[in-house]
Amino acid sequence: MQKAGSDSKKVNGPLWVNAEITYKCPLHCVFCYNPVDYATFGPELTTEEWLKTFREARELGAVQLGISGGEPLMRDDVEIMVAETSKMGYYVNLITSGIGLTEKRISAFKEGGLGQIQLSFQDSTKELNDFLSSTRTFDLKSKVAKLIKEYEYPMVLNVVLHRLNIDHIEEILNMAEAMGAEHVELANSQYYAWAMENRKHLMPSRPQLERAEEITNRFRARVGNKMKVYFVVPDYYANRPKACMNGWATTFLNVAADGLALPCHEARMLPGLEFPNVRDHDVRWIWQESPGFSAYRGDDWMQEPCRSCSEKTKDFGGCRCQAFMLTGDATNADPVCDKSPHHHIITEQVELAQQPQPPAAEVKQIIMFRDDKNSRKLAARDSAEPAPRDSTTPVT
Amino acid sequence: MSDSSGNKLSENLKVELLKQYRFQWEPAQDSFVLLYPEGMVKLPGSAGEIMKRVDGSKTVAQIVADLETAFPGADLRQDVIDFLEAAYAKGWIRQQES
Repeated sequence: MQKAGSDSKKVNGPLWVNAEITYKCPLHCVFCYNPVDYATFGPELTTEEWLKTFREARELGAVQLGISGGEPLMRDDVEIMVAETSKMGYYVNLITSGIGLTEKRISAFKEGGLGQIQLSFQDSTKELNDFLSSTRTFDLKSKVAKLIKEYEYPMVLNVVLHRLNIDHIEEILNMAEAMGAEHVELANSQYYAWAMENRKHLMPSRPQLERAEEITNRFRARVGNKMKVYFVVPDYYANRPKACMNGWATTFLNVAADGLALPCHEARMLPGLEFPNVRDHDVRWIWQESPGFSAYRGDDWMQEPCRSCSEKTKDFGGCRCQAFMLTGDATNADPVCDKSPHHHIITEQVELAQQPQPPAAEVKQIIMFRDDKNSRKLAARDSAEPAPRDSTTPVT
Repeated sequence: MSDSSGNKLSENLKVELLKQYRFQWEPAQDSFVLLYPEGMVKLPGSAGEIMKRVDGSKTVAQIVADLETAFPGADLRQDVIDFLEAAYAKGWIRQQES
């Protein structure tokens, strides 16, 4: 019955390629989702290697391209990437802090066919923004926001929310309105990578979340259709897991600066899986054949309670990385799910977030900023004890 | 901006795609698609044929006429207008006042 080219094992996708073209970044955000050990990675892909990767993914039907980082504008070949990938037929999204986005560059991006720019903002007040990104960037970002409007791009703002800035949500929304933002995503940080290191300083309390949602709803009612506002609570506050990546290796291909191909931003941390490098393999083999990408595709890998769960086709058992980080086994149910025997790990963290925490000024002294020095420290710690990190281990 | 007659398209004005959308044929989908920031909608069959003609150079009436030439014998007018009204309501297309 089986014949060559039979559709029975046909693997669709990817539809979306995210290229973390560099891990260099002028900011030092405490909630960054880049791998904590990025400073120990090998050299970045060259322009030609990136274009080869994009071409191969496009042949498989990828239509959306995210150019991100680090700060992608730290590389001087983004103009070439935008123009070439746009010609290939991609819808090209630039995900940037705005630092390095000059008029000369934005004009070249426009010319090259860039589809949209997502601008990240850490906070609306200059002081807290500078604290959270650890550089003085707020004025610059406001200028960049003007430039984006001038070049007739929709103004898309991403604001990462957490315990230290969520109480400023009204100011953040008013700032977004003043800037003429059309889309605003207010997403609480998810606890991976740097944000996992800093989880106890970043997770908001329940009253903080309730207040923020109430203010957001009032704001939505006032501005109507002029602005779309998305508000995302931390998944720890949910009782069903997120449908992470729309299912493992179904839709999303992440390519790291050093060429490692991954089914999500964080999967590099998973033990026992070998992920291929785009320098050594073409994207077709990586996506359709490589053991790493096949590992958690479909549901054969599932254990109980997922295996017999009626919701498994909806949320795919949640996030493999979160299951590994919190339970030590990536094939467990994401413990966000209240059917998981490990759900208490989540509720304990949520309870901890209801306790008083030190004031921001004190947190600033102990929180882990994303920089090369801390990255090397964390890499050394993790290679010494490659174990899941449920609790934040201090690095000294 | 639309006039005071509500969100209705005028048959004698040209229609175009909004800037942030990209319309193309996708072999992997075997369909025309509309791409926008972080998303895609498939426009199979007649939807794709209509949208292919939304290029800023034709009025609604011209699109209807063009399709009736391409697919003779069918009375397409209402279907085309319904689809374009829906596309307009979704914010995919607009009309220039001129």
